[in-house]
Amino acid sequence: MIEIHDVHKSFGQLEVLKGIELTVDKGEVVTIIGGSGSGKSTLLTCINGLEPIASGRIVVDGTEVHAKSTDLNRLRRKIGIVFQQWNAFPHLTVLENVTLAPRKVLGMGKAEAEEIARTQLAHVGLGDKLATYPARLSGGQQQRMAIARALAMSPDYMLFDEVTSALDPQLVGEVLETLKMLAEEGMTMICVTHEMAFARDVSDRVAYFHKGVMAEIGVPDQIFGDPQHPETRKFLASVR
Amino acid sequence: MFGYTFQWNQALARLPKMLDGAVVTMEVAVLSMLIGILCAILLTLLRLSGSRSLRAVATGWVEVARNTPALFQIYMAHFGIASFGIHLSPFVSLLIGITFNNAGYLAENFRGALKAIPDTQIRAGRSLGMSQTQAFRYIIVPQMLRISFLPMTNQMVWAVLMTSLGVTVGLNSDLYGVTQDLNALTFRTFELFAIAAVIFYIITKIITLSARLIAARLFRY
Repeated sequence: MIEIHDVHKSFGQLEVLKGIELTVDKGEVVTIIGGSGSGKSTLLTCINGLEPIASGRIVVDGTEVHAKSTDLNRLRRKIGIVFQQWNAFPHLTVLENVTLAPRKVLGMGKAEAEEIARTQLAHVGLGDKLATYPARLSGGQQQRMAIARALAMSPDYMLFDEVTSALDPQLVGEVLETLKMLAEEGMTMICVTHEMAFARDVSDRVAYFHKGVMAEIGVPDQIFGDPQHPETRKFLASVR
Repeated sequence: MFGYTFQWNQALARLPKMLDGAVVTMEVAVLSMLIGILCAILLTLLRLSGSRSLRAVATGWVEVARNTPALFQIYMAHFGIASFGIHLSPFVSLLIGITFNNAGYLAENFRGALKAIPDTQIRAGRSLGMSQTQAFRYIIVPQMLRISFLPMTNQMVWAVLMTSLGVTVGLNSDLYGVTQDLNALTFRTFELFAIAAVIFYIITKIITLSARLIAARLFRY
């Protein structure tokens, strides 16, 4: 379970998160929508401790993320994150990209790590690209590789930060299909996205962020069919 | 013309001795390069460190290495430190001098290479649970070495040529030192130094060509 209590965060003068409250249960898929600069991506990087917070608490399975005593390297093993820019490691093949962390972080043997990597890569449809270098993959393939790379650590939670925003339109579908598959398998996920149809299809709950505040959260039918907050209405009208 | 008669046979008879010298030259160049790369990685890290004094030490090293004559650096590594009662053999002094020079230039190359690697690569590594050190070692360093591979090859060539400065600190076992001693013995100045130049040329050509082969094998991405 991920519990977010009254989280505040600023970049210099600019307060980007203004008291976020959100609890995500095991197996739940929560999508965050909102305009740019609404703080939704920042929240994700705070959840796995890549960014510090000014005040409040984020607790993952009882571990307070920003407590001084928390071993973030250990905590991050159970929280996978995939970014808008997939950050493939260009000097490693697809297979090596995926085995690197299991081998170096979990201390796994080569054979075992490759076994897991093969499974995960086949899972995201890259089973035939093992020996390829990322530069020879399309953006969509690189993004799916990044997803397999995160999954190879067997995380309990997956955070997706606008994973389709940097892709050519015709490649968006293949990545969203991968996310859908994960959701159906019961992975606990928080997805920041601009893909409204996807948010509607896969989410258990959809949150609308506006200027650092979670203006509204609810089931997809309610958010998309009967938005309560005027800003949510305005936003949804503008993206349709 | 000029009353000088070429006597190549006399000079060529000394070729085996000169080739022995070439081996010593290669020893100095290779060692100074290997230690130089390690020092350069250390300097690069120090220049990124939070401590002002560590940064100052590293920057000072790079500045002196790149902005003073290599001859001065080698001289200091022998006669300079001898003033403080530290007496090193000419071989060791030359090795230290060239290593110092290599490290300074390479550290600057590495810094440039680091700037070319996006910060998000570290972030991707960290978010997979890697420590800062692991992310640096497994993700950044390999890419950094690739970007700076050509400048490293140049520095290796430069290291070979710099060994000729060893004579100034009394080294006479390297290619240049051997040649100079043979010259004093036979006075076949032109012939001997021409042969030495050809050997230097062949060594550096072999280095650049094998670097190209290594690069093709190593960097397949």
